[in-house]
Amino acid sequence: MSALIDYTIHLADNSLILGQRNSEWCGHGPVLEQDIAITNISLDLIGQARNFYQYAASLTPSPSPLSGEGSNPVTEDTLAYLRKEREYKNCLLVEQPNGDWAQTILRQYLFSQYQFLLLQQLQNNNDEQIAAIATKSLKEVAYHLRWSREWVIRLGDGTEESHTRMLKAIDELWRYTGELFMPADYEKESGVDFGELKNDWISKVNGVFTEATLSVPDKTYMQSGGKEGKHTEHLGYILTELQFMQRTYPGCEW
Amino acid sequence: MMVMTTHEIDKKTLYAFLENIKDPEVPVLSIIDLGIVRDIKWYDDELEIIITSTYSGCPAMDMIATEIRTQLTTLGYKKIKITQSLTPPWTTDWMSEAGKRKLQEYGIAPPDKRFSIPKDGVECPLCHSQNTRLVSEFGSTACKALFQCNDCKEPFDYFKCH
Repeated sequence: MSALIDYTIHLADNSLILGQRNSEWCGHGPVLEQDIAITNISLDLIGQARNFYQYAASLTPSPSPLSGEGSNPVTEDTLAYLRKEREYKNCLLVEQPNGDWAQTILRQYLFSQYQFLLLQQLQNNNDEQIAAIATKSLKEVAYHLRWSREWVIRLGDGTEESHTRMLKAIDELWRYTGELFMPADYEKESGVDFGELKNDWISKVNGVFTEATLSVPDKTYMQSGGKEGKHTEHLGYILTELQFMQRTYPGCEW
Repeated sequence: MMVMTTHEIDKKTLYAFLENIKDPEVPVLSIIDLGIVRDIKWYDDELEIIITSTYSGCPAMDMIATEIRTQLTTLGYKKIKITQSLTPPWTTDWMSEAGKRKLQEYGIAPPDKRFSIPKDGVECPLCHSQNTRLVSEFGSTACKALFQCNDCKEPFDYFKCH
């Protein structure tokens, strides 16, 4: 049970943190339509996170260390707003800064491609609720994937400037992709075939990069630890902003 | 209003009553048109309404749930439980034909199977030209894409197949 709770929280954290990151673009997108696109993606991701958190909360006995101060019941809100950085289980990729548009696009594509293939597997998961959330989310992620893939191609195979920026983004983000396919302890019983996931992912990414006149780096040192709560310095800053209201005014509503 | 007991009202009447509740984002559509009311169940003294969200992050869902509760209270129901179901996932296939007509009249192109992936050519809800172009697969709400008509030049929303 504990592994299932941790796994569900991991899936929720991935979506919440990327949703929060993308939402930083709200009002700052390069053009209005793309500002709307990235914030729509945020909304989908945060909705998915809520479904996973609600499920994790329903599985968690109360009171628990996850309920924050005192003996309040665990809810989707306590999970999102009152856990510490080391309790977050998202992969490192999603917490990386937005950088320029190229970096945001590449992060979204690498994650959406992974998430799409993962959710396809999870649709048939033994756990009915995980399967249900995966089936629903997959319809949304199909849009994220199509959008980010098209942008990778447009920028990679675009101008000299956009191409250079994509190369820089690959250099910046590739090192965080290895972790996606290294199962944490709580993922070992998830029923996910990580070997298949990795092969499918790399072959899709290769295809898109080729079309974008980019290439997958040969050998890169792969950074890991996010799934076990060992994050890059960026997550602390994200949580500071995300959790500020609830930390300062506990239980506030509006 | 006369207070009715649970047994005096049948499912059909209740569905008809819920027709009055509109999607706050697309106020021309009722929650019945949208197909988000999945079932109604009675227990001894409790009424359960099972709804499903369109998109996972649709911010209208909480408002819709509150509105269902408020409206049913006026019928005299005291214990109302609103449950969100995830399976089967919501699809635009559940949208009523009346709903599609209302969307069209409202200026939003209704879901069209030929454009399950949005692309140029969705019929303009204003001048009915098919000479239109996709501007973005994402629009003013999660469920819509942005288009522009090449003939009448009007921008319009397309309610995406889902």
